[in-house]
Amino acid sequence: MLPAAAIAWKYVLAGTPEESPNYTMSDHWWSMLIDIPKCIGCGNCVRACALENDVPEGHFRTWVERYHVTDYDMVNPQVISPDGGKEGFPSVPEDAGKYFFVPKLCNHCADSPCTQVCPVGATFISPDGVVLIDQTYCLGCAYCVQACPYGCRYIHPEKKVADKCTLCYHRITKGLTTACCESCPTGARQLCDLKDPNDPIHAFLKTHHVQVLKPQMATGAKVFYNELDGSVR
Amino acid sequence: MNRFKDTGHLLRFAFLFVIAFVAFLIIRHFVVPKSFGEYGHYRGAAIGEIAALPIHFAGHQTCETCHADILATKAPGKHANVNCEACHGPLAKHADDPSITPPKLDTAVLCIRCHAASAAKPKGFPQVDADQHAGGVPCETCHQPHSPAIQTGGTK
Repeated sequence: MLPAAAIAWKYVLAGTPEESPNYTMSDHWWSMLIDIPKCIGCGNCVRACALENDVPEGHFRTWVERYHVTDYDMVNPQVISPDGGKEGFPSVPEDAGKYFFVPKLCNHCADSPCTQVCPVGATFISPDGVVLIDQTYCLGCAYCVQACPYGCRYIHPEKKVADKCTLCYHRITKGLTTACCESCPTGARQLCDLKDPNDPIHAFLKTHHVQVLKPQMATGAKVFYNELDGSVR
Repeated sequence: MNRFKDTGHLLRFAFLFVIAFVAFLIIRHFVVPKSFGEYGHYRGAAIGEIAALPIHFAGHQTCETCHADILATKAPGKHANVNCEACHGPLAKHADDPSITPPKLDTAVLCIRCHAASAAKPKGFPQVDADQHAGGVPCETCHQPHSPAIQTGGTK
């Protein structure tokens, strides 16, 4: 990791990051692991994402939801996400019920509904498994915004084109991790490369109870949630 | 051959059709971006353009090339795996030009952001009610942020 990042960094500093070598798209298949029991709801990821990607105020490429499940009422969890969890969450006194935080972002689906509905080929799955938007090609028709079952897309209020998480594509192609993972203090978010046989994700997936969001929709979501509660929508 | 004698109107139509087709190919040649279809039904060059966006968070590997002393301070403590920019914020500009000094941090805001007591947080995570715990005394009076365990004197 260190040499790759160090080599790329030279080019980043020189203002020519696109020339950084040692990245082959076909060698990677990116995903993310969210370790729910580790998330403390500090909102670092939401702030970092906004700073790294110039996310417009009031829109989110990643956000954190706090679930409150009272007793056995699994179908009606109380979910809050004040300003996407950007400034954290209000404290709760010791209370009945179960609380937990669920960070959300684009699931970078392998069979993504959003790329299938684009009428002009402006959104696509890159050869390394990241769902991206060509904003010079996007018409802003918002079909993809409606198609995403996870609510991860929005129309950029100034550019008037679709916008979403790029999995910090400008960072991961240079050996860095995403801004949200970089700033997560507890390691609740981990960038994973499913094509890297040495990535700890493989051992983790074998030994933990891992789920993706809305598996019944067969989107091929690649954001894995460890110990995801059944009440999460 | 008689039956082909009135085909002039068909030939004119076919000629127009050929002209329209050639015009379509010429316009398409100029309008469709060069890299369209390189990897799939999209503009291949878009991938490179997105990859070339500016970086704001330098990444802890970059920080550690200069600040190895802080890395050593952090290593034995509970904050060993907390990356620099989780608290210090995005500092790629500072990594680019060290004369740009990072902003001063306010522990009253930063520590509480993670460690404020709340029943919603995981049970094992260290949490304090700031008012009861310190009564307004700044956190760094007792806890050094890079290695927060109290080193000498006092109790945990």
